[in-house]
Amino acid sequence: MSKDIFEIRFHGRGGQGAKTAAALLAEAAMEQGKYVQSFPEYGAERQGAPVKAFTRISDKKIYSHAGVTNPNVVVVVDQTLIKSIPVTEGLDDDGLLIVNTTQSVDEIRKIIGFNGKIVVIDAIKIALEELGKAVTNTTMLGTIEKVTNIVNYDKLKENLFNHFVHELGQDIATKNVNCFVRAYNETKA
Amino acid sequence: MAQKTKRAMTGAECSAEAMRQVNPDVVAAYPITPQTDIMHAFAQFVADGTVDTDLITVESEHSAMSACVGAGAAGARTMTATSANGLALMWEIIYVASGLRIPMVMNVVNRALSGPINIHCDHSDSMGCRDSGWIQLYSENGEEAYENTLMAVKISEHPDVLLPVMVCQDGFITSHCVETAETIDDETIKNFIGTYNPHYPLLDVDKPVTYGALDLFDYYFEHKRQQLLAIENSKPVIKKVFEEFGKISGKNYDFFESYMLEDAERVIFCSNSSAGSARVVVDELRAKGEKVGLLKMRVFRPWLNEMVVEKLKNAKAVAVLDRSASFGAIGGPLFMEVRSSFHESAHKPSIINYIYGLGGRELDLDQIRKVFSELEDVKNGNTGELLKYLGVRE
Repeated sequence: MSKDIFEIRFHGRGGQGAKTAAALLAEAAMEQGKYVQSFPEYGAERQGAPVKAFTRISDKKIYSHAGVTNPNVVVVVDQTLIKSIPVTEGLDDDGLLIVNTTQSVDEIRKIIGFNGKIVVIDAIKIALEELGKAVTNTTMLGTIEKVTNIVNYDKLKENLFNHFVHELGQDIATKNVNCFVRAYNETKA
Repeated sequence: MAQKTKRAMTGAECSAEAMRQVNPDVVAAYPITPQTDIMHAFAQFVADGTVDTDLITVESEHSAMSACVGAGAAGARTMTATSANGLALMWEIIYVASGLRIPMVMNVVNRALSGPINIHCDHSDSMGCRDSGWIQLYSENGEEAYENTLMAVKISEHPDVLLPVMVCQDGFITSHCVETAETIDDETIKNFIGTYNPHYPLLDVDKPVTYGALDLFDYYFEHKRQQLLAIENSKPVIKKVFEEFGKISGKNYDFFESYMLEDAERVIFCSNSSAGSARVVVDELRAKGEKVGLLKMRVFRPWLNEMVVEKLKNAKAVAVLDRSASFGAIGGPLFMEVRSSFHESAHKPSIINYIYGLGGRELDLDQIRKVFSELEDVKNGNTGELLKYLGVRE
């Protein structure tokens, strides 16, 4: 498949906000004039179950409603998934794997056996310090933005704040923005 | 001049946005599973006071449709939404709505019927309503669901029609997919929809009427004959509404929409989200010089057979993709329609059928490539099995 369309796959667990992260990225890209899609893969919805979510970003109208099989980027929101799920499936060696983990790139590479670029971030640490709980989706967005620069930084930050301020109020919104900013600054691309 | 806005919305939100702009008098709906995000979003509009709608939340879909029939008969502009088993539970009253000639619009998020239990996309629910007398529009994506919903109101309320309209879109695939969608400003839509002047409203006490009277062998048949005439009459009305809305949106709408059909020898006929995926494969194969094309169905009922024949006049091999089965029949419901459309035609392409995607089974691009590849054999005279299955383990 041609790569006119930039595709990201998120692996997380129910309740960790992978679907929200995928949607926030799409919304920010759309506001910059891109065409977007974002959708989760629904199984039985329950907290803790492995879930996938996808984002497509393109300069042209997106027609396909087939699943994402050959992503440019895979984001592992929950590190416990790397041993139980083939997270790099369909990811070419010129692709990018971003993992939330305390381990190093070399350690992850050894576990997963992926030859392409790997970026790690200890998102739980940041989320616990900024947000007070281990919900890492906004932290992962900071890392994604740093490595891919796929959308405008300020736009994504603004969208992220607006999303949370409507649903959860000023305090939580600010804390999520802090997660995003810290991850952006602390990611070693 | 219409103001258009691009927004990132789910298909369900697109339908709800159209409902907000229509601002119906009454919406009756069952508020929990299998209800979709359409009513979730619309209920928020009601709670926020952005619509004046009386939202009646009832204890079952049977009651939801009953309340809609009552409201519609009373003269209210009426809408609802449902999905899958919810639609199935409405069954009895679905026929009452069309039989009593009640204009109303229902958004249907196409999902599989149990059993076994499944919540994902296929078209078994709305295809089951094939003969219920409702007009049925199908939507490739959220934007089309938005547009179809708005056009449906106008079609439904037209004095030559007075029939309920179902607007379908694919469960999860588009209903839960955030996608770029273009909407049109409230004022333009308000003018397009116009005010509703109900025919024979029950609440017009100066002109008393009866709805749903006993109608035995003396007159029932005549009423059904009129109902058949009404859906026949809806054809020019639908065409006119498509043209009128097309002037606002700047797009073309038709019962069946061609893509690269001019010189196409091998053609896929399908509906809803699959049409978008098929289009991607058409582009890919066209880039390699292959003569392939797509015919997307927007209107299933009424069925414009002469247009199917006209649009497929140059095709040599056609694959009809059905996302529902008709058990024991020669093929899926779309296949039977397409195939019989050609009965009187001198030119007949070879037409085969694929059942695909039941219960949300993914239709990936490889499956579509496979169909075009197999159509090459069909084109060369090796039709093989008339009915095939795509993406199933056997």
